Amino acid sequence: MAEIKLEAIRKSYGRTEVIHGIDAEISDGEFIVIVGPSGCGKSTLLRMVAGLETITSGDIHIGDRVVNKLEPRERDIAMVFQNYALYPHMSVFDNMAYGLKIANVPKAEIQARVAEAARMLELEPYLDRKPRQLSGGQRQRVAMGRAIVRKPAVFLFDEPLSNLDAKLRVQMRLEIKALQRKLGVTALYVTHDQVEAMTLADRMIVMNGGVAEQIGAPLDVYANPATLFVAGFIGSPPMNVLSHDIRPGRGALDPGAVIGVRPEHIDLVAPGAGLIDFDVAFCEPLGAETLVHGVTAAGDKLVVRIDGEVKLPADGTRIGLSIDPARILTFDASGRRTET
Amino acid sequence: MSGMVEKRGVGTWLTHAGLIFGIAVICFPIWIAFVASTVTQDDLVRPPMPLLPGSHFFDNYLEALLTGGAAPVWQMLLNSLVMALGITIGKIIISLLSAYAIVYFKFRFRMLFFWLIFMTLMLPVEVRIVPTYEVVASLGLLNSYTGLILPLIASATATFLFRQLFMTIPDELTEAARVDGAGPIRFFIDILLPMSRTNIAALFVILFIYGWNQYLWPLLITTDPSMNTVVMGIKQMLPTGDQTVEWPVIMATAMLAMLPPVLVVIGMQKLFVKGLVESEK
Repeated sequence: MAEIKLEAIRKSYGRTEVIHGIDAEISDGEFIVIVGPSGCGKSTLLRMVAGLETITSGDIHIGDRVVNKLEPRERDIAMVFQNYALYPHMSVFDNMAYGLKIANVPKAEIQARVAEAARMLELEPYLDRKPRQLSGGQRQRVAMGRAIVRKPAVFLFDEPLSNLDAKLRVQMRLEIKALQRKLGVTALYVTHDQVEAMTLADRMIVMNGGVAEQIGAPLDVYANPATLFVAGFIGSPPMNVLSHDIRPGRGALDPGAVIGVRPEHIDLVAPGAGLIDFDVAFCEPLGAETLVHGVTAAGDKLVVRIDGEVKLPADGTRIGLSIDPARILTFDASGRRTET
Repeated sequence: MSGMVEKRGVGTWLTHAGLIFGIAVICFPIWIAFVASTVTQDDLVRPPMPLLPGSHFFDNYLEALLTGGAAPVWQMLLNSLVMALGITIGKIIISLLSAYAIVYFKFRFRMLFFWLIFMTLMLPVEVRIVPTYEVVASLGLLNSYTGLILPLIASATATFLFRQLFMTIPDELTEAARVDGAGPIRFFIDILLPMSRTNIAALFVILFIYGWNQYLWPLLITTDPSMNTVVMGIKQMLPTGDQTVEWPVIMATAMLAMLPPVLVVIGMQKLFVKGLVESEK
């Protein structure tokens, strides 16, 4: 059990800086998801916490120790890798027990801990099998088991679900969350999937280009994105970005500035009755909801999310859009949120 | 596959006949050697040459094993075994370690060392035999097992093979071992060695035969008959001048010299084939 503190973490490969100073404080037992597009430095950050990458500058605290110079095994962490990284020649039992054997844990205790983890992960029937005889989901569980038996202060997950199919991913997501709750271990979880981030995180760190754009609880980040990047990255479909201010009584936006509005905060009304008119291009019925794509009279592309049971507007029809002006967010030319 | 199924009938007979003929051509001299090792010298020199085994199998083999030529064959077999095993095991250990260093450790001039090792491929024993002899002689290693084994022990081929194998092992596995707390030596012993098992077996077979069949090098540095290896020993038994020779005994020795490599191949066949065709990931 431990807090993690990141202080002005930077990482360079040669002259290229890939992480430009990240600060974060993670409290004991918190589930933190680091989310961002590929190449944003999220995995590098996690690997620096794990001790698999050196830290160019800044400090990482785990508990009350600065761990910058410590080997991974001395940091009291356990890591789950994207491709599971199970030892192919060892049985499931040995895979889970290996770290404990190295740490000279007594045999009886190894037995007990592995049995406990196997029971928790429903791996008991497979303890004698080799990893290649297991399915993807089972391998994922073994990798989790290997992390659990060590009773670390921190779990690190590096995109652990991206090799699984969609259905299994949803199931494992719930299991990981439940497991982390039950064990109460601080967790750092890297993913590029914003749904995983939203559902798992107590707080999330949204990264882009080596910078933490925003740190906060998922729903706060969703409702109040600090930057245009976060507004576009979190939420599917992403927030609509309009280059013309459509609010009544406002002048033109500053050059480069934009306004944003979530697709679900727009209602369809009769033409002329809303804030702005909109030509329907096509609809995507998804069952529970329907996404209506189209272009505003001012020429901005826009998506509206409506209830799945509402009658679909025909392609090419003109309709009005009603938007609560309080739901409209504004961003300046550099992409920062502005209060207007 | 369908093409193979359709080629029934005459085609099958022809291909089988061709194969059987080929096998016969290769096996016939061995058969003659075996027959010759079971008859007396008199039977052998009297035309026509016998084509069926005689009744002196045990006499000839016992004589070869216990008396032999300059040294009894059991001793030459033992020398060969020590040399072949020494070369095989030494080569495997050295190349495993050097491949481990080249793949997993960053040190100055790493690629230079790799290419130096690689270049020795172009320098087999026969090419460097004179300077090597000079070195071994001045170290006082003539007529010793060390002298037989040491100059042949470095292997670029095996190093290269292990390097390629190690490079296919995913980085995440190495990192998982680091997180589990395995240091470099534990990682090598617990993870890399078991994962190289089939390759080690394949190399063992190839290198054992290489070591066993060494001829020129033992011929040069073993002047004491008790240090002779069996492959060169056969040559030593051949007649010089007008000495009479016991051909059945020489043939028995040849058969005995052939036996260990055959046993190694048969014994390790399963692992050997696995090592060549499948990489256990």
